[in-house]
Amino acid sequence: MEILVCVKRAPDTSENEIQLAAAGGDIERDDLVYSVNEPDNYAVEEALQIVARTGGSVTVATVGGEEDEEVLRREMAMGANRGVLISDDGFTGSDGRGTAAILKSFVETGRYDLILTGVQAEDGCAQVGGMLAAMLDYPFASLVTSIEVLQNGKLKIAREIEGGSKEINHIDLPCVLSIQTGINEPRYVGMRGIRQIASVPIPTLGASDLGMDGGAAGRAAAKVRRVDYFTPPEGKGAKILTGSREEIVDQVMELLKAEGGLN
Amino acid sequence: MSRIFAYILHKGGVADDSAAELAAAARKIDRAQPCTAVVTGWGADLDKVCESLRGAYPEIWKIAAGPLAYPNAELVRQALLAVIPAGSVVLVPHSHFGVDLSPGLSIKMNAAYVPDVVDVEGAEGSWLKTVRQEFGGQVSAHVHCDISAGAVLNIRPGAFRAEGDAPAEGRVVDKSAQVGAPTARRQYVETIAAEAGDVDITREQALVSIGRGIGEEENIAIAEDLAEALGAVVSCSRPVVDAKWMDKSRQVGSSGCTVRPKVYMACGISGSFQHLAGIKGNPFIVAVNKNPKAPIFRVANVGIVDDILEFMPALAKRVRKESVPAKTKGAAHD
Ligand SMILES: Cc1cc2nc3c(=O)[nH]c(=O)nc-3n(C[C@H](O)[C@H](O)[C@H](O)COP(=O)(O)OP(=O)(O)OC[C@H]3O[C@@H](n4cnc5c(N)ncnc54)[C@H](O)[C@@H]3O)c2cc1C
Ligand SMILES: Nc1ncnc2c1ncn2[C@@H]1O[C@H](COP(=O)(O)O)[C@@H](O)[C@H]1O
Repeated sequence: MEILVCVKRAPDTSENEIQLAAAGGDIERDDLVYSVNEPDNYAVEEALQIVARTGGSVTVATVGGEEDEEVLRREMAMGANRGVLISDDGFTGSDGRGTAAILKSFVETGRYDLILTGVQAEDGCAQVGGMLAAMLDYPFASLVTSIEVLQNGKLKIAREIEGGSKEINHIDLPCVLSIQTGINEPRYVGMRGIRQIASVPIPTLGASDLGMDGGAAGRAAAKVRRVDYFTPPEGKGAKILTGSREEIVDQVMELLKAEGGLN
Repeated sequence: MSRIFAYILHKGGVADDSAAELAAAARKIDRAQPCTAVVTGWGADLDKVCESLRGAYPEIWKIAAGPLAYPNAELVRQALLAVIPAGSVVLVPHSHFGVDLSPGLSIKMNAAYVPDVVDVEGAEGSWLKTVRQEFGGQVSAHVHCDISAGAVLNIRPGAFRAEGDAPAEGRVVDKSAQVGAPTARRQYVETIAAEAGDVDITREQALVSIGRGIGEEENIAIAEDLAEALGAVVSCSRPVVDAKWMDKSRQVGSSGCTVRPKVYMACGISGSFQHLAGIKGNPFIVAVNKNPKAPIFRVANVGIVDDILEFMPALAKRVRKESVPAKTKGAAHD
């Protein structure tokens, strides 16, 4: 099976405390730690496991800039056969629809049986996969938690739904699936693996390589714009306990007794 | 302004709580514009749901078709495209279903899409001003969307307060004929219910809940020890389950369990809306987090800014010190 996995480099929320910049309007970006968007890593692992079972190859692609090449290399160190950087000045300011339109043009330059995305980017909207599918007129399923390849050009998939239940579906190939975290255990990538891939050339494709006209992506085409970031409303707000750790532990002890937290 | 529609989720003949919230969101988008409910399904359940919405919506469009008995997003999309006029604003709950339906629907409508909307702050020309949260709720963002060609907005459950002011008795309009029998390349097979675990966290009075802040699998023992001292049980957030450190049956949240304890200790949990969605019954929430700006502190009753790996053992020790006399007394009877 020929599998394309769309990956994105995103600020890693588990490594960062996201703060508003002093000037306001944006978040503090100076010390942000970026990595592969978490669910995308699960998507690449799933693609590698499918290919190990059925044959074929895994391509990873990202729409971004030079700095995003590192995530392609990381996923290639995991075992992806090929990485493609899709980059063009004209793509700057694209919304999710624009990104999906760019990926659609890229998909049409090749032949893929299965396209995987992550469920949602840390800084995204859980939209690119579903939009890409609609643009390609492929079937789509979101929040996928298992994939089994059937013999008849179909997949049997599980989707996560409310309350920990699963919805089982059959879906025709080619299709687009958005992969939910926890579907597998992504393999570890050591420094050695990354070094081995460091000199492999990664092709960069621009709008003209994809045969894209100007109107489909970029700032002017965006129907959605993030105008600014701001501090969320405080809500009722917790009473923050103060004092030494011992004093705080004493206070918590009294509260737990009063509230029925000691059984 | 464009017409507004609300897609109603329902189950077993009962409309989801989001039905009333979407009506409230529609009023916030445009008070002057009546919002039409769209309900897809099949059989007596569908009629029951339509009937129940007459107090909340002036008009209810009913779409009945056998294949729509289960809400398969691909089929529902075809149904909506058949009846909703171009240029409309469509509201959908930001649920597991909404995430499946809406991105593709917006493309087929050639409309803008904004997911997980938590508020609306009016419009500027054809640009609607919505509010979202990003990075797990650590920051909010103003997101403007051009609705001149219509829009699909996914509304966060619980974000809009359902208001009491009922409109005139709504009327149910049968639109089924416009839809016919939709067909899909994705077929629903069955639903598999969540597996029960060794303990049922939904019945516990006190939970020590751990999140990604626990750091490593080995550290779970620290939480187990505190829970044991308190007579509580350990539950967790999703990353702990994704890492296979705890069983899925211990996960609290929209894709896990809904818990109703008296006391909920959130340790190293940031407080994402998917996690909070699983905490019901207004428990006393004690949050321990090393980040004073963590969103969990906006909903907790008391907060402790500390390292959980230091705080949990200190609390466990204190609890044990207090309960020693009681235990010794018990032992004397043996
Ligand atoms: C469709 C969907 C469904 C989902 N369903 C669920 C669900 O059911 N349940 C759920 O929980 N999530 C769910 N999620 C994931 C959710 O969006 C969040 O990613 C998740 O809840 C974050 O978990 P966390 O708070 O443990 O981790 P993080 O957000 O990474 O937060 C970790 C916190 O720990 C703090 N911390 C780190 N180290 C320490 C330390 N040593 N001492 C003290 N504090 C520390 C950090 O400051 C941070 O606030 C779902 C997501 C999607 C897309
Ligand atoms: N710029 C991008 N390049 C490649 N894939 C992307 C890009 N943005 C989003 N995706 C994919 O779409 C998924 C959902 O992202 P989003 O819709 O932005 O939340 C991500 O997990 C990626 O798999």
